[in-house]
Amino acid sequence: MELVEAIILSVLAASTPLLIAATGELVAERSGVLNLGVEGMMIVGAACGFGGAWLSGSIVIGSICGMIAGTLLSLIFAMMTLGLAVNQVATGLALTILGIGLSGLIGAGFVGERITPAPHLYIPGLTDIPLVGRILFGEDAFIYLSLALVVAVWWFLYRTRAGLILRACGDNHISAHALGYPVLRIRMYAVMFGGACAGLAGAYLPLAYTPFFIPGMTAGRGWIALALTVFASWMPSRLVIGAYLFGAVTILQLHAQGAGIGIPSQFMSALPYLATVIVLVLLSRARTGGSTAPAALGTVFVPDR
Amino acid sequence: MRKTFFAAAAALLLAGSMSSGAWAADKLKVGFIYLGPVGDLGWTYQHEAARQALVKEFGDKVETTFLENVPEGPDAERAIEQLVRAGNKLIFTTSFGYMDPTLKVAKKYPNVHFEHCSGYKRDKNMSTYSARWYQGRYIQGQIAAKMSKAGVLGYIGSFPIPEVISGIDSTMLGAQTVNPSIKVKIIWVNSWFDPGKEADAAKALLDQGADVIMQHTDSPAAMQIASERGKFAFGQDSEMIKFGPKAQLTSILDTWAPYYIARVKAELDGTWKEQDTWGGLETKMFQMAPYTNMPDDVKKMAEDTEAAITAGKLQPFKCPVTAQDGTTVECKGGDHLDDGQVLGMNFYVKGIDDKMPGK
Repeated sequence: MELVEAIILSVLAASTPLLIAATGELVAERSGVLNLGVEGMMIVGAACGFGGAWLSGSIVIGSICGMIAGTLLSLIFAMMTLGLAVNQVATGLALTILGIGLSGLIGAGFVGERITPAPHLYIPGLTDIPLVGRILFGEDAFIYLSLALVVAVWWFLYRTRAGLILRACGDNHISAHALGYPVLRIRMYAVMFGGACAGLAGAYLPLAYTPFFIPGMTAGRGWIALALTVFASWMPSRLVIGAYLFGAVTILQLHAQGAGIGIPSQFMSALPYLATVIVLVLLSRARTGGSTAPAALGTVFVPDR
Repeated sequence: MRKTFFAAAAALLLAGSMSSGAWAADKLKVGFIYLGPVGDLGWTYQHEAARQALVKEFGDKVETTFLENVPEGPDAERAIEQLVRAGNKLIFTTSFGYMDPTLKVAKKYPNVHFEHCSGYKRDKNMSTYSARWYQGRYIQGQIAAKMSKAGVLGYIGSFPIPEVISGIDSTMLGAQTVNPSIKVKIIWVNSWFDPGKEADAAKALLDQGADVIMQHTDSPAAMQIASERGKFAFGQDSEMIKFGPKAQLTSILDTWAPYYIARVKAELDGTWKEQDTWGGLETKMFQMAPYTNMPDDVKKMAEDTEAAITAGKLQPFKCPVTAQDGTTVECKGGDHLDDGQVLGMNFYVKGIDDKMPGK
């Protein structure tokens, strides 16, 4: 049973950066903006987050640095795609390339340094409960924060007027504009939120997951976060399922190998992606009341006045 | 793929502009192609350290340029050719996947000399060089068997290619000299570099009862996890003790500097010749990091083994070698497996319970 507990702990840690980044991207996409630069914003968030924490000695300051860095990078994207109405796909790809280069530059001075990772919660009594204690009451703050974030985003999107307006911008920007809503400004806020989340998700890697910075350490997690928003069919609740499923398959395939279960490791490494494809197919076949892509996703909007 | 291509393209532009600026007459221009970023703390980091040692050694006599993050494959050919056009006379291409691109460019420019790391194709102006890391892994296997209380080692593999397989086999042969019933759990992460996944693999191995972690991937993530859990680990490519002050037992350090200096010296003297170098401990092409966090008797054993291998008295793959299925491997090198058998190793030795991927 200890092994089960250990596996669940690993799964939660592996899923959290995906969940945070995907939540931010979900909000941006719900407003109609497709930002493919998640990977770039994450890696810059990782570099700045680590730098901030290393210089200040504080995980909180590090996280804030990561979020600010992600936001600044997303502002470049917002300026290009919203202000200058440049193609979103191309700008997003460029943002990723920029981010990877920039993070290497920013992080060059920190390579080889290490910090104390984010502490894990410990409540005497509760954390010591066998099996569930450490899982429920012994995580690092990022994990609780990520779940709170999803709930907050769900509440915002479906239970507030502002959320309704944001979704309206994503579904039909012309109508939203005709009703007098500042479509571009709303989208800019959504993109900035996405940037802050990606920055935080990136910062999670060097602050809690593997407490050092190395160029390229996000290793494609930004792309997985992008796939997750599609997987979740743009619904926050499904995002949680998707992120944990993805994390679980990744970790379980490592355990299966260690236990000597004779399935080729290459196949097992491909399993999470295969799972995504299968769920995508199932979702699109079922289509029971689930929402699909925001109708105006990825389209450029230029106000007529 | 695309991102690395752009990175390479940007690097090319930079290199082009740099080289047009500086053209001191009698300086030898030496170029380097790197697979990863110079700050990867592993493979590329060690090549870069050797380049810096080179600059320090020769000072004004050489001028070096490097291109980092160059993807293996056709893009590499353009990068190498760019270095040639920029006037580099000696070019080091530092990853296995640059083999064919290097050969192609070498045929095109017979007056330029090439040094390719860890490949097997040569030409009259193209040498190859690599190190016998498996010797170091034999020593690590012995240490691991001594230090493991559970009798279970955890091994993180990158890709099941001969270099990695021979490393696992050598580790086990070393470990079996100490504890004949030692077990190893192997996890392939199918990547050379993914700190998060390497950390997860290390966690999985430790959770399943292994208490010494060995890796054939490039980041210090596994070391850091072992340190966190109070277990032991071995570094890879570079010194990783910073990430596990109480965990690192030793590390196989790639030390290319002596070779690079020797080859540049030969080029300067006009004595450069095509050759194939597969350097063992005696050549110092790789070295063992200090033996730390172990009792004196284990340290003594490791040092004795290292001395014996260095002196050529001990062969990790000495015959008879029994394969996993119980058959005895043909002994082509007299009293040990020959270089070809090690370079092309595609079987596990007896005592490994895992099945090799794809077998």
